[in-house]
Amino acid sequence: MQLRVEKLRVSYGNIKALHEISFSVKAGEILTIIGANGAGKSTTLRAISRMIPAHPESILEFEGKNLLKYSADKVVSALGISHVPEGRRIFGNLTVTENLILACFARKDKKQIARNKKWVFDLFNRLEERKKQLAGTLSGGEQQMLAVGRAYMSGRKIMLLDEPSMGLAPLLMLDMFKALKEINSQGTTILLVEQNARLALKFARRGYVIENGNLILEGPAEELLTNPDVKKAYLGA
Amino acid sequence: MELLQYILQNLINAAERGSFYAVISIGYSMVYGVLMLFNFAHGDIFMVGAYIGFGIATLFIGIFAGLLPAPLIFLATVVTTMFLVSWVGVFVEVAGYRPLRNAPRASAAITGLMIGIIFETGVLILLGATRLSFPPLMKSVTYHVGGIYITNVKAMIIIISLLLMVALHAFIQKTKWGMAMRAMSYDFLAVPLMGVSINTIAPLTFAMGAGLASVAGILYGQAYPILDPYMGVIIGWKAFVAAILGGRGSIKGAAFAGYLLGFIEIFVATIFPSTLRDLIAYSIILIILSFKPRGFFGMEHSTKLRL
Repeated sequence: MQLRVEKLRVSYGNIKALHEISFSVKAGEILTIIGANGAGKSTTLRAISRMIPAHPESILEFEGKNLLKYSADKVVSALGISHVPEGRRIFGNLTVTENLILACFARKDKKQIARNKKWVFDLFNRLEERKKQLAGTLSGGEQQMLAVGRAYMSGRKIMLLDEPSMGLAPLLMLDMFKALKEINSQGTTILLVEQNARLALKFARRGYVIENGNLILEGPAEELLTNPDVKKAYLGA
Repeated sequence: MELLQYILQNLINAAERGSFYAVISIGYSMVYGVLMLFNFAHGDIFMVGAYIGFGIATLFIGIFAGLLPAPLIFLATVVTTMFLVSWVGVFVEVAGYRPLRNAPRASAAITGLMIGIIFETGVLILLGATRLSFPPLMKSVTYHVGGIYITNVKAMIIIISLLLMVALHAFIQKTKWGMAMRAMSYDFLAVPLMGVSINTIAPLTFAMGAGLASVAGILYGQAYPILDPYMGVIIGWKAFVAAILGGRGSIKGAAFAGYLLGFIEIFVATIFPSTLRDLIAYSIILIILSFKPRGFFGMEHSTKLRL
């Protein structure tokens, strides 16, 4: 297991956002967690990337290392966990290239950085065309490409993706998921949370369903796609 | 012709005064840009900078006078003081603001005020109430150009301030630390996701602001050589006014408004009795602010996103 999450509990003040959820991710796989708005999907990712504190009794292990001992920046720079946050959160006042370079802040391997950057530009040609532009002037789709490219630059062991399809036109959405497959084929594990359950389950091999801060179902993606409860609740059929 | 000379003379005086405000107010804006709080100890960091500069200048003049050329002693004083006072800035961030990073904004604000009071009384206890006089780091020469008088000290204050701002601009635009500072001013919470530690960038920002203020302290000591533990209070508040007038978090705005403040003060003083100077000057600024409540380079709304 590359990532082991056990009895993860997160509260915002008195409100319990996650009640003891447990799951694990194998190296190289594509895993998705689907669920409604507010079910705890983003909270799960934020707890893993240490953007928000988890209950100290929770177990969060990445490659055998206790994530609770790492700060948010070390999770990225020391462990190679990257996070594409909800709403992209690109730095609009920096150029496209600067956004990519900033993601390598803690890296010293200059040659590898240049290679990764070239790879990102090959994957997303639009970004290369606009590399000197301020990121705030990009279209929504391009900003999403930049958010993913930037995450790739920051760490390539596992990528946590929070609703990468949000606000994208259907065609762009498919392009985005093709690019994510490409990133996965380079050896990066992908943990995807999505409201767009159909898309996520077609893309992933395995899935979990989260409801009110609890994981209620787990299984191969194709099984979840045909599960009557999932169909009714999340696939609109 | 005489009027033109008169105006030019006052422009030079205004540029000198504005240089102090600009260099100090940049420190407020840098910290605000990165952490979204105003460091109200900044005026007192300027004061501490002047005192440390005084100590270093006295020491260096004592050792090197006659051995080294005066400009070199001056440079060594500036560099050493900047280095030492940067650590004062780091201390203020680590000891004062870091423990309160997630506390309500008002708590962080009074932290700055308290640190300021501690610095003032600390200097008072250490050095006593006698006013110290800053040793001149260069022999004063007055140039007379086309009916305008300018001393070498004044010219140096204006030039060094400009050089500092150019260097700061280059740092912020060209280095990865500067890039991280800009990123923080846009989205504080997304920065750690880039593998950048806020506990690196925040103290660096404080250090740079404090370093700039310390140079202002030395330059101030050359123009007005009397040191006083409370010398940072008024000038600190005025520089804070410049930081707001320039637009919160905008370094360009802080520099611009710092000079503007200098110009308004000097030109008001040429027309009205000097006892009314601040009353009138700051009434003018109040009127400007009522028309531009976000300052000159302030963003329409904060682009900062929060969780």
